[in-house]
Amino acid sequence: MANPVREELLEKLKAFDINAQDSDLEALVDSLLQNFGEDAVETNHKLLAEIGSVASYIHDMKTQLASLRPDEIKSDFLPTAADELDAIVGATEQATHNILSAMETLEEVSEKIEDSDVSDKINDAVTQVYEACSFQDITGQRISRVVNALQHVEIKVDKLLGAFGGEEFLPDATGAKTTPKRADGVERPDEDLLNGPQLPGEGVSQDDIDALMGFD
Amino acid sequence: MSDVDMNMPILIVDDYKTMLRIVRNLLKQLGFNNVDEATDGSSALQKLRGKQYSLVISDWNMEPMSGLQLLKECRADAHLKDLSFIMVTAESKTENVIAAKQAGVNNYIVKPFNAATLKKKLIAVLGNF
Repeated sequence: MANPVREELLEKLKAFDINAQDSDLEALVDSLLQNFGEDAVETNHKLLAEIGSVASYIHDMKTQLASLRPDEIKSDFLPTAADELDAIVGATEQATHNILSAMETLEEVSEKIEDSDVSDKINDAVTQVYEACSFQDITGQRISRVVNALQHVEIKVDKLLGAFGGEEFLPDATGAKTTPKRADGVERPDEDLLNGPQLPGEGVSQDDIDALMGFD
Repeated sequence: MSDVDMNMPILIVDDYKTMLRIVRNLLKQLGFNNVDEATDGSSALQKLRGKQYSLVISDWNMEPMSGLQLLKECRADAHLKDLSFIMVTAESKTENVIAAKQAGVNNYIVKPFNAATLKKKLIAVLGNF
């Protein structure tokens, strides 16, 4: 004869989308019910209510996580952020080398100046620029740390996707809108044209643009 | 009069080329012109085993061999154990300083640093110049 508590419990659990096979749910419910006698109806009902609320909580949590679009964070935002940070390191390194080259030239010129007061002042200024240029090393190390942190976040997001099943986080499954690409969330008609500075090797060069525009 | 040989061979080690260039230029301003460069600990060790240097000025945070590992390798090598070694690094936590001291570093400069600090540390290691 069918156990009404068992059937009710199974029905409630199946109502929530918790990625479990029916056979697994039946096994779980049977193992729980073994511990209760026929007269423990009140206890069974309390247990039923608790399991129902846990299942409801898991379902709500999955919905909230899906609305965060972790697939998009992993595939788009994290790699883009890491690329931009790498580009900052590359650009500041190049700029620092340019500054150092100019200072080295200035230093050579100052050696030919006969007035020692003037050449000393130039040398002092050049030294200060050398000292200031060490910022590139410090900022480079700090940015590397941020990139490492982003990679750590990416691994965690990966695990999250794996734990809950990737399909539920796709836009069609959640009905969630694609996250705006701008940090301030403002959407505008030319949003697709706003890419910021191109990374090295991407986009087109000034020469290519001049050729396209017909400039010399 | 200076007791320091201003033509002594110095090896500077850093994975940031800008830092190598800055340290080289600051050393030049102080009168040291015989300066070689390496971009990590293992290439530095190769250079140290191929030529006799009087001083190493090394960054800590490098791959695959760090400045601390380089220092330990030097101290474990009969030919390099007495080599003067200055660590120049942003790693300024107490445990880092202690680890470098225990490994036998001669002096320790925290980044960012200025020319005056570099000169002061060179005098502490090499003597007045």
